[in-house]
Parts: sequence; C-alpha cells; structure tokens
Amino acid sequence: MEHHLNPDRLPKPFQAEESSRGKLKIFLGYAAGVGKTYAMLEAAHQRKEHGIDVVVGYVETHKLMETEELLERLEVLPRKQVEYQNVVLPELDVDAVLKRHPQLILVDELAHTNAPGSRHLKRYQDAEEILDAGIDIYTTFNIQHLESLKDIVAQVTGVSVHETVPDIIIDQASEIEVIDLPPDELLSRLKEGKVYIPAQAAGALEKFFRKGNLTALREMAFRRAADRVDDQMRNYMETSAIPGPWPATERLMICISGHPISERLVRAGRRLADELKAEWFAVHVQTIDRRRFSTQGAENITRALRLAEDLGAMVRQIEGQNVPGTLVEFARKNNVTKIITGKPLRSRWQELLLGSLTNDLIRLSGNIGVYIVSDPSGPLPAPISTVLRPTSSWPRYALSALLVALITLISFPIYGLIHATNLVMLYLAAVVISALYLGRGPSMLASVLGVLAFDFFFTEPRFTMVVSDSEYIITFLGLFIVSIAISNLTGRVREHVEVIRAQEQQSSTLYALSRELTVSTDLDTVLAKVIEQIGQTFNRQVVILLPHENTLIIRAATPGFIIDQDEHAVAVWAYEKNHVAGRGTDTLTSAKIRYQPLNVTGRVVGVLGVKPDASNRLNPSQRELLDAYASLAALAIERGHLAEQARQAEIAAATEKLQTALLNSISHDLRTPLVSITGALTSLDEQSDSLNEEYRKSLIVTAREEADRLNRLVGNLLSMTRIESGAITLNREPGDIQDVIGTALEQLGTRVAEHEIKVNVPEDFPLVTMDFTLIVQVVVNLLENAVKYSPKGSLIEISTSLVDNKAVLEIMDRGMGIPPADLTRIFDKFYRVQRPENISGTGLGLSIGKGIVEAHHGNIYARSREGGGAILAVGLPLNDIQEKVND
Amino acid sequence: MIDTAQRVLIVDDEVSIRRYLRAALGAEGFVTHEAKTGQEALDGAVLYHPEIIILDLGLPDIDGVEVTRRLREWSQTPIIVLSVREAENDKVAALDAGADDYLTKPFGTSELMARIRVALRRASKGPDEPVFQVDKLKMDVSRRIVMVNENEVYLTPTEYEILRLLLQNAGKVLTHRQLLRQVWGTAYEDEMHILRVNVSNLRRKIEPDPSRPHYLLTEPGVGYRIRV
Repeated sequence: MEHHLNPDRLPKPFQAEESSRGKLKIFLGYAAGVGKTYAMLEAAHQRKEHGIDVVVGYVETHKLMETEELLERLEVLPRKQVEYQNVVLPELDVDAVLKRHPQLILVDELAHTNAPGSRHLKRYQDAEEILDAGIDIYTTFNIQHLESLKDIVAQVTGVSVHETVPDIIIDQASEIEVIDLPPDELLSRLKEGKVYIPAQAAGALEKFFRKGNLTALREMAFRRAADRVDDQMRNYMETSAIPGPWPATERLMICISGHPISERLVRAGRRLADELKAEWFAVHVQTIDRRRFSTQGAENITRALRLAEDLGAMVRQIEGQNVPGTLVEFARKNNVTKIITGKPLRSRWQELLLGSLTNDLIRLSGNIGVYIVSDPSGPLPAPISTVLRPTSSWPRYALSALLVALITLISFPIYGLIHATNLVMLYLAAVVISALYLGRGPSMLASVLGVLAFDFFFTEPRFTMVVSDSEYIITFLGLFIVSIAISNLTGRVREHVEVIRAQEQQSSTLYALSRELTVSTDLDTVLAKVIEQIGQTFNRQVVILLPHENTLIIRAATPGFIIDQDEHAVAVWAYEKNHVAGRGTDTLTSAKIRYQPLNVTGRVVGVLGVKPDASNRLNPSQRELLDAYASLAALAIERGHLAEQARQAEIAAATEKLQTALLNSISHDLRTPLVSITGALTSLDEQSDSLNEEYRKSLIVTAREEADRLNRLVGNLLSMTRIESGAITLNREPGDIQDVIGTALEQLGTRVAEHEIKVNVPEDFPLVTMDFTLIVQVVVNLLENAVKYSPKGSLIEISTSLVDNKAVLEIMDRGMGIPPADLTRIFDKFYRVQRPENISGTGLGLSIGKGIVEAHHGNIYARSREGGGAILAVGLPLNDIQEKVND
Repeated sequence: MIDTAQRVLIVDDEVSIRRYLRAALGAEGFVTHEAKTGQEALDGAVLYHPEIIILDLGLPDIDGVEVTRRLREWSQTPIIVLSVREAENDKVAALDAGADDYLTKPFGTSELMARIRVALRRASKGPDEPVFQVDKLKMDVSRRIVMVNENEVYLTPTEYEILRLLLQNAGKVLTHRQLLRQVWGTAYEDEMHILRVNVSNLRRKIEPDPSRPHYLLTEPGVGYRIRV
C-alpha cells in the first residue's frame, strides 16, 4: 500500500494556533462520580496561582464537602435564575460571563440542556459563544454524552442517552484530560453515598451502574482519548512532512433517506470515518416523487442531515430520478471509496415487486465497497401510500364513470362488426384519457369499471358477469393490469408535471424578484418588494432590520407588523453573532419570531425576521426558497451600500476637481498683476536710458495700479477664508449708512471716477447696528461690481430706505444686467457672468458681501431693472434701534 | 516744507520695509535711524532723539502698543504706527495709547509723507491759532464762528466742539474714544451712537455733499480725520 500525503486532505493545523478564540479543555470521565469536577477545580486553582484570572461560571458540587472546599477560594459568578412554569431554575449567566470577561471560566456539565427561555437550548452552545469571545473554558463531560456514541452506549448499557453533544465540539477542544477511577472504586463510592444521584433517576442509574457497563464506558473514554492523541501525532507528522505510515485515503458516503434508520447510519458513519481517518459525505437524493413525502419522512431527512453536519460530514442534497444511479455517480465523481446504506428488512415479495435499492446499488457500485446496515424495524413507509390517497374531487370520479359509460354506449352498435377484444382498446383509451385529464384515482376507477363493463356487456354470455370463454380471463387480466399501469404512469406524469410546474413557478417568481432588484435602485422599494413576495408566497409576516448608527432599525415590514423591545434584542443578537436565532432555532427560543442574519460574502448586512405559523410549517424546499429570498434581499442591501459608496467617491472626486480648478484660477489671478509689476520695474531698471518720460510714467502707473489690484485680491481671499472658517467676529455698533456710503466711495477713489454717482439717503434715517468696516467693504464690493458691468459715464444710483423694520440699501446701475437664471448664482464664490470680454477680478466680491451680510442676519439679493441694468440690494435688521439723539 | 536734517527713527522687523522707508525718507532729506525690535526702538528713541518715529505694530519682541505706551511715559515725539488692514483694534489701541497717526500697509509714499508732515506740524506748533482753515472751511475760535464758502453755519455746541477738535488736529486722526472723552467726558467713552449722530448732522451742515465728504473723513473702525 502506498503511503503518501494526500493533497486533497490538507492537514489541519493544531487548534492551538487559532489565537483569538478561547481554548476549551475537557475533563472527560466515563460516569458520574469519577471526580471530574474535583479535578477541574484543582486545575483551576493551579492556573490561578500562576496569575490567570479564573472565575467559576457554573459548578455543581452536589454538596460534596471536598468539592465545596475547592470552590471557596474562587470567584463565583451568580447564576441566572430562569423562570419556567412557576419553577425557578438556575442556569449559567452568559451575559455576566461576557461582561466580566475573565481569562478562564469553569463550566460544569457540557452536555446540560438549558431551561426553556434561556438564550440557547444547550449549554455547549453557551460555551461556544463564550469561546468566540476569546475566553478559555474548563468543562466536564461524560463519554456517553458524545453524539456519535449514542447508539453504542444504548446497545451496551441499555440506557438511552438524550443529552448529547455533537462530536465537533469535542474535536475542537484543545485539551482532553481523562479522569479515571477503577469501576470497583466508583461502585464503593456510590455505596458510601459520595456520588450524586437525583432521586428520580435512582432506578435507571442502578441499571446503569453495573460493573460491566462501567468497564465498557471506561474503555470508550480511553479509546476516544487515545484516538485523539493519535490524530495529533498524525497531524504533527503531516505538518512536519515526516514520512510515516499514512493510511490509504478513504472517503465514505452515507445514503440518507426518509427512514428513521438514517440517523443511526449517520452516527455509524462518523465512527467509521474516525476509525479510518476518512472524510465522509452524507448524501440525500431528491427525486420528484419523493418531494411529496410524508412530513415525517421529510423531517427525518432534515434531522439526519443536520446531525451529519454536526458530526462533521460534508452534506449534499442532489437531484436525480434514479436513486442508485445518482448515488453511484456522485460516489465516483467524488472519489468515494465506501458507500454505507441502510436496508430496512422487507419481505421477499416486496423486494421482487418493488426492487431493492441496495441490490441496485451493489450492482452499479463497481469497485466501490458497499456497507449495509440493516434495521429490524421494518420497511420504509413507501411513498406508494400517496397512490392510495384520493387527490381528485368527486366530480372527476363521476366524469370518469361517465366516460366508461360512453364507451360502452359507443361499443353497442359496433359490437357485431369487430372482434370483441378490439373493444378492449376502446376501454383502454378511456382509461388513458381519464388518467390524462382526470387524475390517478378516477382513471383507476375507469380501469375497474371498464373491465366490469366489458365483462358484462360484451363477453358471452352477454349481460352477465359470467364468462364462457375462459380465454377472456386473460383479456380481463390484461386489461386490468395495463389500465392500472397506465393510470399509475400517467398519474405520475401528471404529478411530475405539477411538481415541475410548481418549481417553475418558484423559479420564475425568484427570477422576477431578482430582476426587480437589479432594476430598482431605491433600497426601500426593493425591500418592500421582498416583503411583499415573502408574504404572498408563504403567507407570513415579515420584517427586515438594517443597521443604523450602532443599532438596528426596522427598514421594512409587512404592514401592521411591529416588534417589541425583547424581539428587537433577539434580532440584534442574531445580527451581532451572525447566527440564526428565535423561534424554531436553538437560541433564544422564547422569541415569537425567527430571525436570520442576511449576509453577503460573510459580512452581515441586516436581519430578516419571519413570524412562524405553527399550523402551516415550511417544508425543506420552501425553506430553501425563503433562504433564496433572503439572499436576494441581502444582495440588494449590499448593492445599496455600494451605490452609496460609489456616490461618495464620485462627490469626492468632483470636489477635488473643482478645488484644483479653483486653485488654478486663483493662482492665475495672483500672478497676473505681478507680471506687470515685475515687467515695469525691470524695464525701468534695465531700459532707463532708452525710455522716454511718457513710457516711464505709464509703466509706473501700470505697476502702481496692478499693485493695488493685487492688494485687493489678497484682501478678498483673506476675507473669504475668514468667512468660510467662521472666524468673522463682528464689531457691532450703531453706524450711519450715509457715512458708510461716503467711506466706500472714498475708498474706491478713482475707480468710480468714470461713472456718475448719485446718493440718496433720507434725512433722519436711523442708525443701523453693524460692523462699520465690514459693511463698508460690502458696499465697496457692490459698487465695484456695478462699475465693472456698466458702461463708462453711466449713472449709478445708491439709495437707502426702510422696509419691514430693515434698512435696505440699493445700488442701481444701467449696465448689461444679470440674466434671470443667474440672479442668485452671482453671489456664489468665484462666479463670473459669461462675457466675451475678459473681466478682471476673481468673482469673490459678491460672495464676500453675502457672507458679511448674512453674518449680520441680513439678506442680499439682485434684481433686474426695468429699462436695463441691475439692482443689487442689502437688507440689514434694525434691532437695537437707536433713536436720533438731539442734545 | 520739511526742515532739513530732521531725524526719523524707523522701527520694523522687515528688512525690505526698512530699506524702502530709508530710501523714501532719505530722499526727503531725513536722517534715518533704524530699529528691528521693540527694545531697539526704546533704546533708539533715547539714543537718537528723533523728531518722529515710524513704528510697526507687528514687532517680534514687544507689542507695538506697549512700545507706544512706554515711549509716551517720557516722550512727546510724534509716533506713526504701521499696521495691516484687518487689525483695527491694534490701531485704535495704539492711538489711544498716544500714537499720533497710523498707516495701513501697503501704503504709498505720498500718504506716508502727508502723515509725517501733519504730525511734525502738530509737534512744532506754536501758541494756538485763533483761526483754522481748510480749503473753504473756516473756524474762528475767538469768535466761535464757522464759515463754509463765506457763509456762516450754525452748529450746536457739541457739533462745534467736535469740529474744533478735528480742525485743531487737522490731518491727524482722532479716535472715537478720544473724541467722546474730550467732547462729552470719560463717562461717554463708549457711546458711539451719540458721536455718529452728531457727525452726521455736522456733515449735513458743512459738507457740500454730505454723502461724499470733502472735509470730515471717516476712518473706518478707528475714528475721524479732517482732510488736508
């Protein structure tokens, strides 16, 4: 036999290398009373002495003094008191553990079932949550609670264990310590009363605590521990590439059916896989027929498959019509070396008639080994039972009878003309028609009636049921058998068609829904559609929750469906742990609604809550469909996120572009005056001899003007920056508007020299509370604007008035005016009205004005002027009105 | 006409500004001395005994306003402060601390010389003259008559007082506070509205176009000045 590393079977790295998850150490015993809890506490004390933060989560001392003493010096977390049917049961308080977050926690009895109303069904699930949070656990465990050993334990001890833990949990433990006590000693402890036995269990446990049982269990415990050591050694050798006696790599396949034997098969599969160090599949073949399984059958399948998953199998559900053929095909494709199947004992007759799946399997398997586990409990409850279930309505039966009657009537006149046996064909036709259009039942009826009618009416002696020619017996038989077969066949075809049609319906609804999702971009519409669809298809109330600012909010729901605080908490838990929770699951089962996390590529994007309807439970294929809807919803949500991200990125890019453009513009405007200044100065310097007085003067004037312009630009940029950063502090005091105007005109100096300026301020115009300097700047900017955009020599009017308790200052020009669309936009930063000629200035003046005016809680606006030109106006509030003082 | 050989102390930490002032003032016949810091300014004032000090407010060591204050403790030498456009409060503080006038950077040479002229004239003024005249505006203090374009103008006592102060300091800026204090008294230092109203009225009486003052100029954020 070749020994080599199999690349398909990658060695698993030591569990210890997973750093963020907590480590589980199991104190394994073969029975109660061997001293597991004591050993655990001793070990805990040792860790504590090494400085580890150790806390007791749940330890049952059963009032044994030795154990109690050890408990004293450790910190014990209070238990959670869970109320159930008027009894208060203490359980492990998972939340307290997570909050306290010790390095190591002690949790007794890993196989314990929690009281209803607890977060999880089983304590090992609590343990998983704690391990996920990074906390190490010490726990105790009896070998008979191991899932894969359930059948063997039952066989050996006669006791059926109900509280089991899936093997996966044990497999992932980082350390197993076997706590051993020779059975004789255990028995004497029992006699001394040092072993705790709950009163109810006394009888059963006596049976349990027999030496033979104990020895067997002890051996199981040892063997399990030894297997583990073997595994670890093997792993080590593989990771270190040490050549060694590798086993030939086996692969197993367990065939799951609706028969209860499937669970046994799964456990056997696990044991075999362990022994052979093999990977194993659990496979179920779905035929169209079997879709109409009894609910019991369907449940058995689901349970068996889930168990297989828990025990570490790769679970597959495949479609196929020919069960043995499909199984063998799968086996070959996946390099399966051994097939394990169950064989319910049937009578030979049944086998002859209905065929045997196992025989077919053996025949087709070629060189794949087939292992058969038999079950004395009897045959499969055949799907044939559906054959006998009446599915059609009464009128159809009546119609079918009518059909036979019709044929009979037709046959009367032809009777003499053709041979009687040909009439049989007509009856067959009736059966076929009946099967095609009326259903299985009615066509069966047609078969029977047909034979009877033929016998009665058309066989000698006529009009009696007696037959003279015994050959007709064959005819009858033939007719009957063929009819039944046909009706069965066509019946099945019809059913297949129905099933396919239903499937097609599902597919097309899914398709339609997914198309909707690709088309609509609005997340809320999408979610509403999903909710509607789920509601319609399954007739259930649905809610979808999405994350929003550190919590979940209801984004969409069936109209009128609301959830309360507790339900909300369950939803949050499902979201955070990315694990299904609520009614019908193993966690937080007291909730009314079932919550499943919606995830895309492993990331949770929301939670789907469905309110179960106990009277109308979902079958596996419906559940699959629901999951498909959930996936679509998750995708839509993810898409929404991505679309939003893309939008943000777009905005960022656009902003950056704009900023670059602005910087370029400012850079240009800053540099341009410097061109003339540098030019002028260098000219004056280098060409002083050749320049005449006129040129010299003009250079100097140009440089002077450009310097002023640059100064103003710098001032504008600084003002803008100050306004933008909110650093404008107003020095507000009573001010005289006329003074403002005068000062502004003075500052403008020669820049208004080429225009006619008319000022109109009424006498007794009140003082306005304002920052004088800043408002002067506003007026300067407005006037500059008016000058820039109106022709030389034209009139610019400045007037003030009181409107609605506001001081309004208007500057009116006869210039080119402002296009209506731009009336508000001119106050935007860097805005310049489009003009063929080059207008100097950065376009900041008006927006600075706006910034200053708005800081005064005033308003600034532009209007078109009748007769051409524009009106720019500023309104300032007159709070703090100061009456004119006359002394 | 500026007397020759007058001494000016230039205080600015920027070498380029010192260079420019040295050249411009030198061209006008001043003897220039320079200081780079507030401390050097104080030392220089003692050392060189300048007729006028040009003081930048943005000095690295001592605040320009503080330098003004310390100078004023023992000296009446005219001080003109240099400041940037946005620092109104600094200018006002310096003026209230005793500076005579200010210039906003960047400024032109004619502006600079105008301020210096006014400041020096004030310093060398002899006994108070009875008549102030600026262009067509005339005030005869001994007879308490004010005339514009040879027409008498009737002012309230407050308006008269304001105008008198301004004319007495023609060409030089007076801060709001200085005006309020001297016309109404210390208690009215912050009563801006009274000042505004009176100036407004005053303008309507003496200015040919009140909305474009010819004589009585507003120095935004600082005070008022008579144009010369």
